[in-house]
Amino acid sequence: MPTESVYPRLEPLLPRVRKPIAYVGGEVNSVVKDWDRTDVRWALLYPDAYEVGLPNQGVQILYEILNEQDGVLAERTYSVWPDMEALMREHGIPQFTVDGHRPVGDFDLLGVSFSTELGYTNLLTALDLAGIPLHSADRGGEDRDPEDGTWHPLVIAGGHAAFNPEPIADFLDGVVLGDGEEAVLKITGHVRAWKRNGRPGGRDGLLRTLAAEASLYVPRFYDVSYLPDGRIGKTVPNDRGIPPVVAKHTVMDLDEWQYPRKPIVPVAETVHERYSVEIFRGCTRGCRFCQAGMITRPVRERSITTVGQMVEQGVQATGFSEVGLLSLSSADHSEINEIAKDLADAYEGTNTGLSLPSTRVDAFNVTLADELTRNGRRSGLTFAPEGGSERMRKVINKMVTEDDLIRTVTTAYASGWRQVKLYFMCGLPTETDEDVLAIADLARRVIQTGREITGHKDIRCTVSIGGFVPKPHTPFQWAAQTPHEVVDSRLRKLGAALRADKAYGRSIGFRYHDGQPSVIEGLLSRGDRRVGKVIETVWRDGARFDGWSEHFSFDRWVACAGQALAGEPVDLDWYTTRERDEDEVLPWGHLDAGLDPDWLWQDWQEALGGTGDVEDCRWSPCYDCGVCPSMGTEIQTGPTGERLPEGTKLLPVLSVS
Amino acid sequence: MPASKNRPTGPEPAPVVQHLLVRYAKRGRMRFASIRDVQRAFERAVRQARLPIAHSAGFSPHPKISYASGTQTGVASEAEYLTLGLTAPVDPAGMRSVLDRALPDGIDVIEVAEDSGGSLNGRLMVSEWLVELPGVAPDAAAAAAGAFLAAAEVPVERLTSKGVRRFDARAAVLTLEVSPRAGAIDHHECATIRLVVRHTEPAVRPEDVLNGMLPGGAATVQPAVAVTRLAQGILGPDAEVVAPTPAKVNVP
Repeated sequence: MPTESVYPRLEPLLPRVRKPIAYVGGEVNSVVKDWDRTDVRWALLYPDAYEVGLPNQGVQILYEILNEQDGVLAERTYSVWPDMEALMREHGIPQFTVDGHRPVGDFDLLGVSFSTELGYTNLLTALDLAGIPLHSADRGGEDRDPEDGTWHPLVIAGGHAAFNPEPIADFLDGVVLGDGEEAVLKITGHVRAWKRNGRPGGRDGLLRTLAAEASLYVPRFYDVSYLPDGRIGKTVPNDRGIPPVVAKHTVMDLDEWQYPRKPIVPVAETVHERYSVEIFRGCTRGCRFCQAGMITRPVRERSITTVGQMVEQGVQATGFSEVGLLSLSSADHSEINEIAKDLADAYEGTNTGLSLPSTRVDAFNVTLADELTRNGRRSGLTFAPEGGSERMRKVINKMVTEDDLIRTVTTAYASGWRQVKLYFMCGLPTETDEDVLAIADLARRVIQTGREITGHKDIRCTVSIGGFVPKPHTPFQWAAQTPHEVVDSRLRKLGAALRADKAYGRSIGFRYHDGQPSVIEGLLSRGDRRVGKVIETVWRDGARFDGWSEHFSFDRWVACAGQALAGEPVDLDWYTTRERDEDEVLPWGHLDAGLDPDWLWQDWQEALGGTGDVEDCRWSPCYDCGVCPSMGTEIQTGPTGERLPEGTKLLPVLSVS
Repeated sequence: MPASKNRPTGPEPAPVVQHLLVRYAKRGRMRFASIRDVQRAFERAVRQARLPIAHSAGFSPHPKISYASGTQTGVASEAEYLTLGLTAPVDPAGMRSVLDRALPDGIDVIEVAEDSGGSLNGRLMVSEWLVELPGVAPDAAAAAAGAFLAAAEVPVERLTSKGVRRFDARAAVLTLEVSPRAGAIDHHECATIRLVVRHTEPAVRPEDVLNGMLPGGAATVQPAVAVTRLAQGILGPDAEVVAPTPAKVNVP
């Protein structure tokens, strides 16, 4: 099927929108392949604004892997702001890719990467603008043929926020659980074979093959029944050859998957301006609230040598002046000391900054941060005790004592750091007002210690608080979410306590968000297929960019939830503030992240009892969570004992011949 | 030891030993890049091309790149200028392609020459602009241009970050010529205007001249209007724009 660039029609509209540069593409390292010389074509959607979506690692990795393949084309598309959406509707311009400005509806596949549930409404905008029917059922069956112009791309979701895709099940053709690197290549292979063989079985035939052979979760091949009280009866396949349980994908040996090598360098300003290399994937610290740590197991490290190579190539390919060493807790890499020291040596004097997201509450973290800022300003360090009281931290399995924290900030202030940021959550299971007010005591002790150590008063501590949302595939998946009124009231009390403090209050900053958006995130996180109607209703009512406070409307969500669930025995509270029993069938029960449900339940019970520290299996052998035995995976960590070669300093180019 | 409050530890940054004058264009879809976007692109390109760029001192060292006032978002240019301060001498001619390769298509390096590093402002006094107005009849544009030139003063308004500013658009305009464009855009007539405008404060932009010329202002023809800066420099003897020559470099 031929396709045509929409750019000539788009260009006259660009002077009329905010941030037109976000729609033009043409970035360094972007790729536009010849449409007619490829036979499998992916559009990759990040359902948020370009400035947020562009740096996304998942999209960058898949874009590069797919475009490296002969005969395969991948282009990127992002959510357009409402001003552009209005103009596109007025002028009949469809959702387009920024690479070739091709209509998204012309592609074979639309891959959608979800980092947050609040991107669900943006998926509907993109589908609608692309001319793709919102419901997968309306995208046709046997008679749909890519060559006769009635084909609609297979809409396939992935990413952390697609681990319970049930609320958006009606809008998706398929879901990839887990790591996408190998999965997209497998899917590509099946799509190619299906096209070459004359498209046996049409659209459903392809989906059936993908479900059976590529571990693609195809929601349409499962029926969900409900009990009279509203709980799920069961979720079962409705076709032969469809597996009753879908397992996640896990990529082993990340040294073999060195992506992104040449990440796209935006012309527009974006939220992260750096070359990021994932130094390991997975985390087994066992924090009970943390979905990322549960669904990405086991820990798989990249070796120091690979990290060094990727950084050198990545900086060279992009010109970025900052390197981010990414992971869920970067200080936990078995050779992080060596990585930090060797990279700092190699890049000393080149004005290249190294950053490392780590919020571990220990002195080692400070030593590392010192190494990464050898000659630079030591402005702020972030630590995440997560819970204000010792009791609370036991409940969430964050084994940090108050003395640990004080020792850590003492080291930080002593090495010249001026500002310490402490991250907490509010609304955790079993939490009381006292647990939250304990945060004020902690912050006071931090400032008091800082003043003693440094001998002056110009040090600061910022308390930053997020609302807790129970997530699927975690020990807290059964928990009742704390009502937003309670969260807000606790935050008000904490704010008042901090402000009332004459001696320390002015040195303590307080940042928080109100509790309402967390309730909607909670609905979308643990919802089932009935929530799809809520999403569609709220989208039709105008909801867009729900992750942005200036666009989010809680009242609209509440009203639309009431309307869409009117005939059901369930409502917003039922999905959010209700505690679940062990025997309740959860909406994501047939989706397997490898975690043993009995282990999760036991961990939940131990959390409630305030007993049983869960050790990290990197350091004390343990297979209790079940991931490695059930997925056939293993922990891959160093140390390798290798070091980065000396004298690899990047010398400037003086002349070219 | 607490780090010093005002000065970073470590060696002083290397001094500048050579300046380069760079002329570049902002073409095609890259006309939608903002001034800041173009600056970031150059900062990265200089690093990617591994030029020995000098940095300022202090806790957050900045590469020594000085930008002449750039065209705003949406406006194309064939004549933008910047200077680079380098810590080691390079072959200027060879740097053109090295730098150009590291930039996105559309932000194109046209020329690189050795320079004294003096301020660009004194060397960039006037700009020549090409304005294409699809949908506007050349005759109508010519009449409006005649009226504009005949006026002693043409007050216009522009919304700036500090609110609405009111100023004269006439005095800065040295040349205003209307020529019928050969052919038409999308079956519409298209008037083409060539402007030479003196750099003033506040700057008189082509859109200000259009606002002063056309009843209802530029808004009546936007968004199809296309503006390109063709040249920047000093005013020559025949009212032409003479590109800045690199200032003399003292060879020790």
